[in-house]
Amino acid sequence: MTEGFAAPRLRKARAQGFQVAFAVSLSGVSFGALSVALGFTLWQTMVLSLVMFSGASQFAFIGVVATGGLAAIPAAIATSGLLGARNSLYALTMSPIIGRGFFRRALAAHFTVDETTAVSTAQEGRLASQHGFWATAFWLYLGWNLSTLVGALAGDALGDVQTWGLDAVAAAAFLALLWPRLTSLEPVVVAVAAAAVTAVLIPAVPAGIPVLCAAAVGIATGFYRHNVAPHAPEPGEAGVR
Amino acid sequence: MTVWLGIIAASLLVWALKNSGYVIPQRLVEGALISRIAGLTTVALLASLVVAQALQENASLVLDARVPAVGVAAALLYFKAPFLLVLLAAGLVAGGLRFFGLMV
Repeated sequence: MTEGFAAPRLRKARAQGFQVAFAVSLSGVSFGALSVALGFTLWQTMVLSLVMFSGASQFAFIGVVATGGLAAIPAAIATSGLLGARNSLYALTMSPIIGRGFFRRALAAHFTVDETTAVSTAQEGRLASQHGFWATAFWLYLGWNLSTLVGALAGDALGDVQTWGLDAVAAAAFLALLWPRLTSLEPVVVAVAAAAVTAVLIPAVPAGIPVLCAAAVGIATGFYRHNVAPHAPEPGEAGVR
Repeated sequence: MTVWLGIIAASLLVWALKNSGYVIPQRLVEGALISRIAGLTTVALLASLVVAQALQENASLVLDARVPAVGVAAALLYFKAPFLLVLLAAGLVAGGLRFFGLMV
């Protein structure tokens, strides 16, 4: 197929990338504001968005440190790592689409998150998938970091976490990230079990440990269910970061 | 400095995980099991973080203005409200209840 025939499909892929990136970038404002309000500096907040660049992992890191303090930092690292583990699955999917070249692959790796993978795999044909991936990556990286900066500057002005209900905003953020994944009974049961385990353990063990025990519930259920019903539908892709 | 070390370590870990999928040969990972576990672990972690953020106060569980705020957030998510609106509403509910002295 010549470029002339493919052009509309490629344009559509790039446009879709922009739209998804724009919508998702807006939640960077809430990340920036929350992070600064929870006591992280502007630069710490920006490094999380620039270098970690994975929404759920970033929210988890600041959330666990905020509830557990300095002692919870190892647990915060583990939690954001566990939440970032799905990016390596996306990378497996993207690897043949991205193609060869060390620098191209290294650059692609940094942008391999929910949104870029979702837009890319939704396209028809490898070329359109590539256009979708890079367009989403470009606009999302730009938008997510700019909106983090805006949020962080605004968060500085907001002051106390409790006055503006920012502690409730953190809880709502995790619920909004969880919601699109509750697509069948299996993830709902795991979510309820993980919530119960967390509630029981919070008074009993050091901060940061309950969330890791909840992760163990997810891992154990995954093993068990794979042996019982290997072909049941897996939880859906997230619509938001 | 400890916070900085934590941020750098966590960022490098997430970065390394993204890269691992480009380095590991595809045939070495059993797709169905791994993606099942990754999906359910993400669900479990997020559910746990909701509970911790909504109920935890130091080492105990409390019911305060965060709980109705999360309830409103859940209702909005049910009606497919956008992410930012959900967060804004949660903040307004908790902040408002505290401002009027209805809840702590």
